[in-house]
Amino acid sequence: MQELHERLLACLPRLRRYARALTGDSASADDLVQDTVERGWARIAQWRPDGDLRAWLFGIMHNLHVDQLRRSPPPVVELDDGDLPVAPLAEPLNLRDLERALQQLPPAQREVLLLVALEEMRYEDVAATLDIPLGTVMSRLSRAREHLRRLMAEQPPAASLKVVK
Amino acid sequence: MNETELQAWVDGLLPPDRQAAVERYLADHPAEAARLQAYREQNAALHALFDDVLDARIPDALHPPSAARPGQAPAPAWSIPAWRRMAAMLAVAAGAGVIGGAAGWTLRGAGGDSGTGLMAGGATQALAALPRQAAIAHAVYTPEVKHPVEVGADQQQHLVAWLSKRLGKQLRPPRLANQGYELVGGRLLPGDSGPVAQFMYADAGGQRLTLYVSSGQKQNRDTGFRFAQEGNVGVFYWIDGSFGYALSAAVGKKELSQIANAVYEQLQPN
Repeated sequence: MQELHERLLACLPRLRRYARALTGDSASADDLVQDTVERGWARIAQWRPDGDLRAWLFGIMHNLHVDQLRRSPPPVVELDDGDLPVAPLAEPLNLRDLERALQQLPPAQREVLLLVALEEMRYEDVAATLDIPLGTVMSRLSRAREHLRRLMAEQPPAASLKVVK
Repeated sequence: MNETELQAWVDGLLPPDRQAAVERYLADHPAEAARLQAYREQNAALHALFDDVLDARIPDALHPPSAARPGQAPAPAWSIPAWRRMAAMLAVAAGAGVIGGAAGWTLRGAGGDSGTGLMAGGATQALAALPRQAAIAHAVYTPEVKHPVEVGADQQQHLVAWLSKRLGKQLRPPRLANQGYELVGGRLLPGDSGPVAQFMYADAGGQRLTLYVSSGQKQNRDTGFRFAQEGNVGVFYWIDGSFGYALSAAVGKKELSQIANAVYEQLQPN
């Protein structure tokens, strides 16, 4: 039990990073992480010890996120970043543009892109985590990247990203 | 050249021979090379955008529940934050002379015999525990200089949305400007019967005031104001519906009762 707790704890930073990128704001992200940890811990007996705990937790987060997207209207008013005080620009404009473009992707494409690009999961692991065929992973990945490239190309030129028109 | 191999090249997932083959292909196809290079830069940019989350402090609320089981002490590695917090509570409680019973309560909460650890506690215990826990939380967090709150009043909308979601009730931190206090911010705490929100206020002289809002008080009937003195901390508390409220500050009973009245009035739905 104890060892599992530690392993689950070790997954937290990556779950948070993924949730942050997926939801687009840190409050919703941490709610999603908390729900994931609660559900994961409640069902820890279902996890096979020879399995990949991280992929299993990402799968739980995926299901929770899909549930959230399905619910409409959401039971809790989503936090609108626009309502928050504007933080000083900590990162270059092109990165913030990227974040905005990322949120414009369909969620299914965004998930695949983030698991591959940010989590650096192998394509087979992405398929297992999201419970979709490998071919679907590849087509979503391809579409997500091209979609993002086009969205970024619509933004004012961003030198350090070297967006190709 | 198939698209799967091109994508795998972007992610560095190809075996060396296939990687060389893709690179020969790209040398002859500049538009494709530019497209894939843009994808590689997307990967790098996503890391640049989000990797700082990996190093950020993880809020206590996100930690999995304690591994403690009946008859077992919580294992050390997991519960370092919890132990540290309890140690802090005990130290502050003892130092400020807050409550004789604090050690007993805290240690019982730490999960010896009760089986459910902090979730334990009958109805009557819960009501008696409310001012005590509020006073402990007050004593622990009000001396904090750097991190008195988790979310500051400058992000009030976020603060309110977050704590409201966690407690399952739309919360509105009362305005106490007429009493001379401004909202500093708030934090989420574990309570006997569920999550607890703590709102902190300060006056111009730095005197701090906390409002402790505890969920899961269903078993308690509504009460009028009650007052408890825990060391130098005065606590006005009351139950309203399934929520318990406790207002704590190291000020005189009379002054605190006036503030408690203002809080109570503002919490009533109109």
